[in-house]
Amino acid sequence: MLEIKNLHANINGKEILKGLDLVVRPGEIHAIMGPNGAGKSTLASVLTGNQAFEVTKGNVTFYGKNLLELSPEDRSREGIFLSFQYPVEIPGVSMVNFMRAALNEHRKYKNLEPISATDFLRTMREKKELVEMDSKLANRSVNEGFSGGEKKRNEIFQMAMLDPRLSILDETDSGLDIDALRIVASGVNKLKRPDNACIVITHYQRLLDYIVPDFVHVLYNGRIVKSGGKELALELEERGYDWIKKEVDGE
Amino acid sequence: MEQQYIDLYNQHRESIKKHSAAVMNNMRDASFEMFEELRFPTAALENYKYSDLKEPLSVDYGLNINRITIPVNPYEVFKCDVPGIASYLYFVVNDAFYPINEPRNNTLPEGVIIGSLKDVANTHPELLKNYYGKLSTSKKDGLVAFNGAFAQDGFFMYVPKNVKLDKPVQLVNIMRSDVDFMANSHNLIILEEGAKAQLLVCDHTMDDVRFLSNRVTEVFVGQNATYEHYKLENTHNKTTNLATLLIDQQTSSNVLTNVITLHNGVTRNTIEIDLDGEHCETLLCGMVIADKNQQVDNFSSIIHNKPNGNSRELFKYVLDDTAKGGFTGKLYVAKNAQKTSAFQTNRNILLKKTAKMRTKPQLEIYADDVKCSHGATIGQLDETAKFYMQSRGISESEAKLLLMSAFTNDVIENIRIPALQDRIKMLVEKRLRGELSKCEGCVICQ
Repeated sequence: MLEIKNLHANINGKEILKGLDLVVRPGEIHAIMGPNGAGKSTLASVLTGNQAFEVTKGNVTFYGKNLLELSPEDRSREGIFLSFQYPVEIPGVSMVNFMRAALNEHRKYKNLEPISATDFLRTMREKKELVEMDSKLANRSVNEGFSGGEKKRNEIFQMAMLDPRLSILDETDSGLDIDALRIVASGVNKLKRPDNACIVITHYQRLLDYIVPDFVHVLYNGRIVKSGGKELALELEERGYDWIKKEVDGE
Repeated sequence: MEQQYIDLYNQHRESIKKHSAAVMNNMRDASFEMFEELRFPTAALENYKYSDLKEPLSVDYGLNINRITIPVNPYEVFKCDVPGIASYLYFVVNDAFYPINEPRNNTLPEGVIIGSLKDVANTHPELLKNYYGKLSTSKKDGLVAFNGAFAQDGFFMYVPKNVKLDKPVQLVNIMRSDVDFMANSHNLIILEEGAKAQLLVCDHTMDDVRFLSNRVTEVFVGQNATYEHYKLENTHNKTTNLATLLIDQQTSSNVLTNVITLHNGVTRNTIEIDLDGEHCETLLCGMVIADKNQQVDNFSSIIHNKPNGNSRELFKYVLDDTAKGGFTGKLYVAKNAQKTSAFQTNRNILLKKTAKMRTKPQLEIYADDVKCSHGATIGQLDETAKFYMQSRGISESEAKLLLMSAFTNDVIENIRIPALQDRIKMLVEKRLRGELSKCEGCVICQ
């Protein structure tokens, strides 16, 4: 579904991604790990169309479409979802209005009628249960005053509502206690289907105890320098990143 | 430019008086003399530094001193913009109270008087004499003085002790003229002890000429009385609205003022609220949406004269294109006004680099046991919030709209008439979408 070839990207003139390649097929879970500053979050930002980053070389296709030509909203409507590392608070915009607007824009893109009020409320209720989200949170402004764990749960809730083909979880485990981590991971696992895929960006192995990846990639200095199965994550947990850095820098 | 009005007054002094009432005429010459001394305010004055009135005041306007009846039936031309609002409806055409009543207005609660200020001044002079000009004549303000000299009529409302109006009162100021025209009206609102009333003032323009309105409204809110004052400005961009609202609050009274500028040319609101009794509550809100070269200046002054008063102030602006906004939040806490709590907020969004906002909190606190705070911000729409919404599939324009609606929402929430709140929410959305860069049905603005 997703093909990234030789991707280079800058922020403020500084090159962060330096020739990144990745292929994701339906049904797969990919973990992207790597030391701080390797470019993990940049990859998530570039894939979702954050204007702060400039793609200088390479291409990205999503089901054959040139992803880099699409606006952020069209990428979402095509089925790409980013669970933000730092979900944004939007005072004054209620979760309900926010979700309804998003859902209806997705439906419009597919030439569907706006969702009926009853269907919408039923879907909201079902998906809230999936992430064990407090009903009251849905009546508040988007993320406003939410705890760290609530924000991350809210991301997975939105993911459930929008039913993406490709989800990118950017450091979803950061700042979560073990219970929140379990709930978030179980939400992700319940949404897993043979026709969708997931990229899990994480610094630590911890989340991968709950969301078991098919592939683990190590991102270092703007490129994927090593790929393997889930056992690679365990090795990284044990040995850290230095040996990889040495391997790469010694090239 | 003042000279033509000074000459006009000197020549037509008697006609002006003849077509007004004794109570109003008693103060007329003194007001005129004050105007001769003060002249029109310029941006050189501290209180007018954000208002540039030179151009609109230099237009050669016509005045209707001899009170020629304007041929218009407001009931026909004015289709209320607030469907579903059940109100007592009145009109001021230019600066004359429209005398023909709708049947529904005849069901006013007993003792309530609503009508032409001039007529009531003749029929009930005793009602006016303790109030008319009491707040306005002491103001050292050229526009107020000018109004005192030239205003011959206006809207009058009296709500006697413990009477609560069951419906809002709606006052529509309609501007109708074939030539450039200036209107000066004086409104007087009296709520006696324990009374309750809501007033919605709408400004409406009909013709493609330059209009200038210079209106002074005096409001007296008695002990334990509750008053809500809403002002909705939706006039064409050749209009200059200069409005002075003076409110006096007695012990334990509660006042809500909400001033909304959706569309206009040049707006200057001067709002002064005196808390003259203990335990007064006042909430002053305002919102401005302006684009093109519109100019809106809200000058507010809240004066805590007695202890245990509570005031809150909230103004929000969304400025686009080369619009100019100004806000002054003056807060005065007298030495004996202990246990005052006063909070002031002014937040502004500039959608383009060419839009301008100037804001000034001005706190003078002489009591030592008070809680006061103020905050003012000028910024842009939150880009990270916009991107967050886009990444959920919401289009950029819709995301902007949601953010702007959210931004103005807390002002709209302070509208306690549900039908009006719904309507304004809708108008604001339309306005922000760019669908309503002019008033509904208006063909004047480009």
